[in-house]
Amino acid sequence: MSAVAAAADPAGVIQPLTAGRPVRPGRTKPLRFGAEPSGVTRTIILVIAAILFLTPIVALIEFTLRVGQPVEGVQGYGPLHYVAIFDPKSSGAYQELFQGNGNSLIICVITVVIVLVLLLPTMLLVELRFPRWRRVLEFICIIPITIPTVVLVVGFVPVYSAVVGVFGSAPWTLAFAVGVIVLPYAYRPIASNMAALDLIVLSEAALSLGASWGSVLGRVILPNLRRGIFSASFITIAVVLGEYTIATFLSRNVFQTALVQLQRTDPYVGAIFAVFALVFAFVLLLIIGRIGSVGRNRKTP
Amino acid sequence: MTTAVASAPAATTRGAGTSTRSRRRSAVWVGLLPFLAYVVIFLAVPAVLAVASGFFDSTGVFTFANLKALTSPQILNQFLASFGVSLVTAVIGAVVGAIICFALMGTKPDGVLRTVVDSASSVLAQFGGVMLAFAFIALIGTQGLLTQTLVHAGWAQNPLNHFGNNGTLLYQVPGLVIPYLYFQVPLMVLTFMPAMEGLKATWGEANATLGGTRFTYWTRIAMPILAPAFFGSVILLFANSFSSYATAAALISQGGIIPLAIKQATSSETVIGIANVAGVLALGMVIVMVILMSAYGLLQRRAARWQR
Repeated sequence: MSAVAAAADPAGVIQPLTAGRPVRPGRTKPLRFGAEPSGVTRTIILVIAAILFLTPIVALIEFTLRVGQPVEGVQGYGPLHYVAIFDPKSSGAYQELFQGNGNSLIICVITVVIVLVLLLPTMLLVELRFPRWRRVLEFICIIPITIPTVVLVVGFVPVYSAVVGVFGSAPWTLAFAVGVIVLPYAYRPIASNMAALDLIVLSEAALSLGASWGSVLGRVILPNLRRGIFSASFITIAVVLGEYTIATFLSRNVFQTALVQLQRTDPYVGAIFAVFALVFAFVLLLIIGRIGSVGRNRKTP
Repeated sequence: MTTAVASAPAATTRGAGTSTRSRRRSAVWVGLLPFLAYVVIFLAVPAVLAVASGFFDSTGVFTFANLKALTSPQILNQFLASFGVSLVTAVIGAVVGAIICFALMGTKPDGVLRTVVDSASSVLAQFGGVMLAFAFIALIGTQGLLTQTLVHAGWAQNPLNHFGNNGTLLYQVPGLVIPYLYFQVPLMVLTFMPAMEGLKATWGEANATLGGTRFTYWTRIAMPILAPAFFGSVILLFANSFSSYATAAALISQGGIIPLAIKQATSSETVIGIANVAGVLALGMVIVMVILMSAYGLLQRRAARWQR
């Protein structure tokens, strides 16, 4: 059929005007006009990217499985270093790591409390009563991105000499500093959740139905903000577990600093915990992503 | 703020409500104070102290003399090294990240692929730090998988373990480029994807009805529209690399870039014979960051036009 058409129109003058390419029968592939890549291009790019990004992680896992030095170019493998973690004999070597881990968990809890008790009520108050201050609050919460952590810690050193006087030098006090670093990450999910709701209308509807402010908060506002609050808390946990800069400058022992110490004496176990931490953070963020998309699906039926 | 209420009794209670509300509003202010106090003590005070400490000598007298630390060749070189690493990783990271965004165009935003890519990007872009450094030690460190593979393949002195006659590439400043790209590319994916999604299908159809090809679509429509967002992202990536500390600290034990120089300056007071060098370096970093973030803000505003 195309041969007939070509014979009738040898110079190819007659062409469909509407599409960029002539539609040939037998080609079911849809025409692409916009930015979307073809399936083949997409697959090639994503596969290359996946390989490039997985290689270091695979190398890290390979490293944790190494047993001894390579003999004549052949490396032995086994779960030796994984078993060693649970060996009561060597548990002393990992004392500092477990301690740092414990400290990080305590800091996690306190930082989440700071987000929920200081940031969240302030955001609600600004949204409901001082909407003109929203830009100011947003600006404050974004400052920690503009001022690098490594600059802030120079100022944290003198501030913490005062903090030690009030609260002592226990590792949990780091949560105050980490809470500041967390602000941009915690602010965004709560703010975008709030933007999707009209909190003023919701609260006035509840008030006009006779609800007290307590039940407005507990039964209307907070349940609606569940998604943003969960995301903010999970991101906070991920940031705290990954925090290294503040702890080194203030010489406190947390998960990351202990990891760096351990890496110098026992790189294999350091690598094992690094894999665990990466996977843990990935799962946390995957949950956030799923919470987000579930909510979005519900919103747009 | 309130909706009009028609019935009379409601109107009277509303009148009473406004008077209590105005009284309550003055009390409600108090609710902002805890957060304000927190931000002042743990954000404003440290930021000011960090920058201001550069203006005092070792006896606590105000001086501008410390600023000459910024002109010492040792410090200047580290600033240049920081700029170099940031520029290279920002440009490569932005291009590679944009290509990945392109590949993700047209996939379902709620689909499994996108959620996995988003989560993996967040982990690497924001929380990787030390772990990323370990992964690269395992890959291209002295005993790394790739390094050892090259050695066994007969290339005993390859660029990975013998870079610039200074030993392992990964433990030198130029070597930082490789692990840095592993948080720069994901950050690009996170920041540039919304701009890519702002490209409307109708523009492609309009281009096609006017006889344009996919090439003209990209050169005449998509690229000009994406340009502000793209350059904005380049700046953000530059700032991100410029201010990151953990990965470099886990790889390089001495100085080399400015964040490492700050650490050195805080642990040993007089690196170059000047007091409070950490404060001066902090000031230098803040100036660079404020310039970068203002430029980013301007470009974001231009980019936002097309994202509605």
